[in-house]
Amino acid sequence: MKLADSARLPKDADGPVFDEPWEAQAFALAVQLNEAGVFGWSEWAETLGAELKAHPLRPYYESWLAALERLVEAKGVISEAERLARVDAWDRAAKATPHGQPIELSRG
Amino acid sequence: MAHDGHRHDHGEGSELPPIALRVKALESLLVEKGYVDPKALDVLIDTYEAKIGPRNGARVVAKAWTDAAFADWLKRDATAAIASLGYTGRQGEHMVALFNTPDTHNMVVCTLCSCYPWPVLGLPPVWYKSMPYRSRAVIEPREVLREFGLSVPEDREVRVWDSTAEVRYLVIPERPEGTEGLSEEQLAAIVTRNAMIGTGVVTA
Repeated sequence: MKLADSARLPKDADGPVFDEPWEAQAFALAVQLNEAGVFGWSEWAETLGAELKAHPLRPYYESWLAALERLVEAKGVISEAERLARVDAWDRAAKATPHGQPIELSRG
Repeated sequence: MAHDGHRHDHGEGSELPPIALRVKALESLLVEKGYVDPKALDVLIDTYEAKIGPRNGARVVAKAWTDAAFADWLKRDATAAIASLGYTGRQGEHMVALFNTPDTHNMVVCTLCSCYPWPVLGLPPVWYKSMPYRSRAVIEPREVLREFGLSVPEDREVRVWDSTAEVRYLVIPERPEGTEGLSEEQLAAIVTRNAMIGTGVVTA
């Protein structure tokens, strides 16, 4: 999968709403989990607000992602160990994938 | 980062930035566990791109300009009035319409994070989520507005509204002079997103 499928990225008159594809993905994940009832919006706003306050200089969507990671762990959906193992698996899969080919987890 | 999102400087393999790996890890686990449908994810992103956007809000504004009864309804119960046009859903459950007048200019911020009326305005612009806007809009709104190219006369009050997880605001800008002959549709076309956040005004 090409990460930058840029034609699909939300844009508006002032340019892209997301600077990078992962931002849009992180955004959509949070929206879906909220819809699925995994967390309420107030809960989300508080967690994100805390991340933004604790790291005022960090790019916005990094705080967004950190809030998402914290909430899924707090809700017992994904443990930290499970998450880190998966990050590592994707990293190995990416490095084992020749240029121009889709990255698949099984390559790791 | 290279234009296609991959780095190409590490041997034969690809290398994804750590932040992208974290998102992929979350997404793949959530899909496996059945919390997230990958097709729905794509649809969601498309929805915000094409179907939802500031155009919905612009139609609300144009209708308020041309239909006094609707404008009155919007003042009393914005949530219901906006829902009557079919714009409902996430983050638009409790809407409040802020009418600009010759005495008052309204602007909206979310100092906590980025609460935003998605059903009417689509995704928030980058500056709306930025720390400078979130912190300065309340402290020095006139200066912030000047940076947006908007000089509010001193005798006009600037009111700043802080969005919350519960309440979302839509600014109803003043209808510009010289637009008497325009249809509702033509009016909607000149309403900008920034005017509905309060960091702009509508010009004919």
